[in-house]
Amino acid sequence: MTPAPALRLDAVVRDFGGVRALDGVTLDIAPGEVVGLLGHNGAGKTTLVRVAAGLLAASAGTVRTLGRDPVRDGVAVRALIGVLPTCSPLDLRLSALANLRFAGEVFGVDPDVLPRRVVRLLEEFDLADRAHERVEAFSAGMRQRLALARVLLHEPELLLLDEPSSALDPLAVRMVRELIGRLSRVQGRTVVLCTHDLAEAQQLCDRVIVLDRGRVVAAGAPAELTAGLAAGAVEVEVDPADVDAAAAVLERADGVRVEGARVEGARLRGSGIPRAALPRLVEELVAAGVRVYGVHPYEPSLEEVYVALYQGRPR
Amino acid sequence: MNRRGIRAVVRRDLAIVARSRAVMLPLIILPVLFLVLLPAAIAAVVSRLPATVPDEAEGVMARLPADVLAALPEQPGARIAVVAVTFLLPPLTMIVPLMVAQVIATDAIAGERERGTLEGLLLTPLSDRELLVAKLLTALIPALAVELAGALLYTVVVDVLLWPYTHALVLPTAGWLALVLWLGPAVAAAGLGIAVLVSARVGTVQGASQISGVAVLPVVFLALGQVTGLLFVGAGLILVVGVVFWGLAALFAYLSTRMLRRERLGARLAR
Repeated sequence: MTPAPALRLDAVVRDFGGVRALDGVTLDIAPGEVVGLLGHNGAGKTTLVRVAAGLLAASAGTVRTLGRDPVRDGVAVRALIGVLPTCSPLDLRLSALANLRFAGEVFGVDPDVLPRRVVRLLEEFDLADRAHERVEAFSAGMRQRLALARVLLHEPELLLLDEPSSALDPLAVRMVRELIGRLSRVQGRTVVLCTHDLAEAQQLCDRVIVLDRGRVVAAGAPAELTAGLAAGAVEVEVDPADVDAAAAVLERADGVRVEGARVEGARLRGSGIPRAALPRLVEELVAAGVRVYGVHPYEPSLEEVYVALYQGRPR
Repeated sequence: MNRRGIRAVVRRDLAIVARSRAVMLPLIILPVLFLVLLPAAIAAVVSRLPATVPDEAEGVMARLPADVLAALPEQPGARIAVVAVTFLLPPLTMIVPLMVAQVIATDAIAGERERGTLEGLLLTPLSDRELLVAKLLTALIPALAVELAGALLYTVVVDVLLWPYTHALVLPTAGWLALVLWLGPAVAAAGLGIAVLVSARVGTVQGASQISGVAVLPVVFLALGQVTGLLFVGAGLILVVGVVFWGLAALFAYLSTRMLRRERLGARLAR
């Protein structure tokens, strides 16, 4: 039997006055999945997280978080989920230790377990030596690490993380990514990750869901999404001095459909180029005096899929 | 009821209040001014006045009940001092619990939004009612503690300074006890209710403080009525006025349960 989804939204609409923040969103997230929510600012990611957490009611449609209605059974749902909101939940005037103790008590962590768990998380997030300092003295990265520790304190089944690696230095980003991977793969927790970092989404997520103006415009495994764009994707490596000439040829190549030719160093990328057209393309490049060193098929990144999805869409 | 969670919120909010100079300063200055310095000054200075009672003071005293007048000391200055500290000033001291409750309540609700921690709090497993109870207790506990401690200080200061003239304890009187134990908590609770309602709607502590400050007006009217002799605030009237304030407090508490709902607060968060 298929397990019940950790999060299910069915035709969910959420209006704020005359503004529709979610417009018929339907999605299922299975237990243990890591799902990335992508989209521009204002696409509806944060509203979706708040609706899933029971902070906002859906104007229409059905929401089930861990099988429960997050508004009617809000107390039970919020005890089982961990949400890292966009705005830090930390009290800056309190110490790191006081912030974690408070969260542990409010989330009902066993009083016998709480002190040990607080110490473990402070150590895990490299904050143990600053435990008694007020959070207002912390750097942005330290605050974000503490906020993550706070989210994990009650060992939630479902994590809704709104841009967890924002403001973090590269080492901390790596630590957070490893943590998310561990939470999912080792501990079987479900993670919904709102992010603008497409490389992060590609690396971490089993699936990504792209939102635009409150609607789901694409959903699937990163590999599935990139495969759609991969047909006819070609990378042409030329002499650095000939990049402009090569770009001009790619853009006006007769009988060759070049979509979104992009220059990266001495490499030009185009998509939608049929294999049969490649010899003629190379001939034209050579005729234009371009020194061609290689022509290779390549797999587009999630970022290119995202850009392709948004090309031509009003923002 | 998640008592442990409520306790945690109250403890955290009070710890934050204790670390905030902007909140703590009025909480110290007001009680010291109204409950210690003012009665001390009146008792110390007025009791040393010359042997004749000014006409204005005679006018006020003429409106006092006969049994009250009969109990006053002989010396004119001491008579004025006793009337001032037992009848004129006490209604004004109600400002202390009222302001303490309001300052803390606005910081605990509007301040939570201003500091950006409101969403984190709404994402905890506390119910809307538990959150409201926690916020009410956060403001009410210190308001009542300051009021009771202040009333005790007021009583001691007045009795010590007037003893040489009265050779008897001026306070507590029945009216003073009714004021401290019945009307004071009622005024604090009603003022707190207004502060909660305003804070739930207004985004900043400053804005919420300014609007909810109107709650001080009834107390000022009460004190003015007493000073001008329009009404004599004896124990009986205090009990009646207390019932009105408790009624208002209950009404505001009911309205607060409608205003402090997650959905309503969540919809006002930045998107």
